[in-house]
Amino acid sequence: MGRPLISSHARMGENMALDFKIKLGGAAGQGMQSVCHILSHVFARGGYRVFSVQDYQSRIRGGHNTSTIRIRDGYVTAMTEGVDILIALNKETIDIHAGEVPRGGAIIYDGEKISLDDSPQKNIPDLVSIPLERLAREKGGDKKYVNSVAAGAALGLMRYDFQPLAEMLKEMFGKKTSDADANVRAARAGYDSALKNFHEQFDRDLAPLDANRRMLISGNEALALGALAAGCKFMSAYPMTPSTGIMTYLAGKSREWGLIVEQAEDEIAAINMAVGAAYAGVRALTATSGGGFCLMVEGLGLAGMTETPIVIVEAQRPGPSTGLPTRTEQSDLEFVLHAAHGEFPRAVLAPGTAEEAFYIMGRAFNLAEKYQTPVIVMSDQHLADSCWTIDDLDVNKITIDRGQLLTEKDLAKQDGYRRHAFTASGVSPRALPGTPGALVVTDSDEHDEEGHLTEDLGIRTRMVQKRMKKLEGLSSEIAPPRIFCGDKKVKTLLIGWGSTYGAMREAVDTMNSNGGSAAMMHLSEIWPFPSAHVTGAMEKAEECFVVENNATGQLARIIRTETGKTVTAKILKYDGLPFSPEYILKSLK
Amino acid sequence: MVELKDYQGGETAWCPGCGNFMLLRAVEEALAGLGLEPHEVLLVSGIGQSSKLPHYMKCNTFNSLHGRTLSPATGARLANHELTVIAIAGDGDCYGEGGNHFLHTIRRNVNVTVVVHNNQVYGLTKGQASPTSEPGFVTKVQPGGVFESAFNPLGVAIALDAGFVARGFVGEKAHLVDLIQRAVRHKGFALVDVLQNCPSFNKLNTFKWYKDRVYRLDDKDYDPADRMAAFQKAQEWGDRIPLGLIYNHTNRPAMEEQEPVIAQTPLVKQPIDRSGFNKLLEEFY
Repeated sequence: MGRPLISSHARMGENMALDFKIKLGGAAGQGMQSVCHILSHVFARGGYRVFSVQDYQSRIRGGHNTSTIRIRDGYVTAMTEGVDILIALNKETIDIHAGEVPRGGAIIYDGEKISLDDSPQKNIPDLVSIPLERLAREKGGDKKYVNSVAAGAALGLMRYDFQPLAEMLKEMFGKKTSDADANVRAARAGYDSALKNFHEQFDRDLAPLDANRRMLISGNEALALGALAAGCKFMSAYPMTPSTGIMTYLAGKSREWGLIVEQAEDEIAAINMAVGAAYAGVRALTATSGGGFCLMVEGLGLAGMTETPIVIVEAQRPGPSTGLPTRTEQSDLEFVLHAAHGEFPRAVLAPGTAEEAFYIMGRAFNLAEKYQTPVIVMSDQHLADSCWTIDDLDVNKITIDRGQLLTEKDLAKQDGYRRHAFTASGVSPRALPGTPGALVVTDSDEHDEEGHLTEDLGIRTRMVQKRMKKLEGLSSEIAPPRIFCGDKKVKTLLIGWGSTYGAMREAVDTMNSNGGSAAMMHLSEIWPFPSAHVTGAMEKAEECFVVENNATGQLARIIRTETGKTVTAKILKYDGLPFSPEYILKSLK
Repeated sequence: MVELKDYQGGETAWCPGCGNFMLLRAVEEALAGLGLEPHEVLLVSGIGQSSKLPHYMKCNTFNSLHGRTLSPATGARLANHELTVIAIAGDGDCYGEGGNHFLHTIRRNVNVTVVVHNNQVYGLTKGQASPTSEPGFVTKVQPGGVFESAFNPLGVAIALDAGFVARGFVGEKAHLVDLIQRAVRHKGFALVDVLQNCPSFNKLNTFKWYKDRVYRLDDKDYDPADRMAAFQKAQEWGDRIPLGLIYNHTNRPAMEEQEPVIAQTPLVKQPIDRSGFNKLLEEFY
């Protein structure tokens, strides 16, 4: 039976940081994600820091899915290996995951429904058999409450306060009082059963902390909230995992928040509608995954050529083609950097956490409008679906800079309007169609200053120069990479981008606390490439490793191209799952 | 007072005798006649000889990608529904490359008028078959003649219950001007399919070919509100080709009218107001 490399064990009362993990496993449709959501909130409200991840298959029913919650009283933004409580809603969960539970852990399952006689896992310790289905029927009145029984059992095992769970269930199912009450009764039954029969055996008490409740938010929700905070008023998109949550959240808020969310017939229409809305003057967004972005590439070039500011979220999943629709990967970086024919400036951002995802949307819209060009925010399934606790999100930290936008008054002072006027910065002040005093003309063909189609090759040359000139301004605004523990010379530097932030940071922490000398450089603003900063950080390290969720080390290649520097080695993973800190540490050995 | 010359722009690059000239003139006359100021009008075009049309006019212009015309037109219209948005496309553009957008823009019923230059041939790429080419039409790429059945834009639009489905002909300019004006006034998606000659590449469907066949629907005898009759009328092609408003569904609400966010004010005129933002965060605690 496999054992975790690093024990996640930590007893309360010992002088050690608390680190506790609960994994829920079952078939699609059994509601693991809702239980995960409820339990995560219970601990976040209890003042803990929580990080949760979803591992699911591309199906609505059946298969095998898990949700895992990590609970700490300190910083947490990665999932480590090992599980303290495994909640098995089916036998398969035990067959696959029992080995992740160390001695002293517990496996909650329904011994009346699941026989382990033919399980490949032998001598499973710490089994906690609770009649989940029977209690659901007896106390709730329906077997559908089996989830709530299990959630209650987990808390009972830990002797955690029951009340927060009851409150969460009432909030979740409050629309139908009878349903909410049934859920609470079912949860209570599970709680009592576990507390009475198994608490002594488990002996791992957890109590709410004397700390403020924290917000719990997923990467997709953070991106969507960031868009709202940035004043986005239009989103057109075609549903595609793992980006769909952004559209779902925004659609739910569209009426009260005053934005239009349109489900397009395909990704081609999605990006072209966004371009049209942005041309007409509103902040416009689209979101997709790699496959949908393939279809958007033509529209990306249109935005570049017509100098229309749009923001695109590209939530990656393993490719090529349909790939693994519900898993994670970082294999679209070079594609996004080079997508579309012809040359035009773009910015590519890649937040590492939900908190950063929120603020980076503000950056994305400002850069897009200031430089009148597309900005792409890279996400992936790991960022999109994972949940973080955050102390606060401050909308006032997102400033709104709409760039050079001419009003009717401004236009009255000038002689005519030329949408693509040549300027020193390459940015032509923007007027919006419908404003008296301006006819706003633009074209996907090469055009003159007015925006009319031209085949004057002199103008063509100057227009290319004008557009590319904007790259200089963009470059000057790109934030330097975030360096963690790297203020002095180090032996090991981990370099990454996007969602690997958490795993890298914890790996660095572990190395340093074991007497090592390590640092992390995380790029959340990748393009225009911050060459000088990357070079500087790499020169301070004896060995540099990229950590990337792809098969070829795309960032390593970009570093080589942009700085001439080569990394010592590449730590890569492309099995569809995110990195754990342990995986990185193992790879370094 | 808006005059025709307010809309008239630069020098054209079309072949002599091209039907586009009449169509350009009809669009200019229609807009001037509607009394719209050029800054209140947005022409969105795709790619093709047809889509150069806005460049020869004076008004807001978004010359987009081949086939995509209706998508930026939809986005722009939703962002600012005070703009009169007219999409200018060709038969290859709107019915071929952009076929999917054509279907779904009709379903959305966004208040955009699309004027399709339908000359049954590709002009910009020099003479290949278009979706509306006659079966048997011989080109360098279809040397054995087109074997596909011709796309019937009017029939498709009626099947999708488009609110305003009309056919005009460049040889009947006053009639075409009237159709375009009625299409613009129609609240919802409006299709004006315009038959036109391509003197360079379509030697079959010449100006005379159309002229000999077209006839105007008589308002007294024909009721465009009758959908089944309209569908039948849309099948009529050959010796006689009907012109006019083929199908009219007047009380279908336009997309903009169904969008509560813009019931009062165009989206672009709504200030960015983040005062209630922290309330959104409460759900996450």
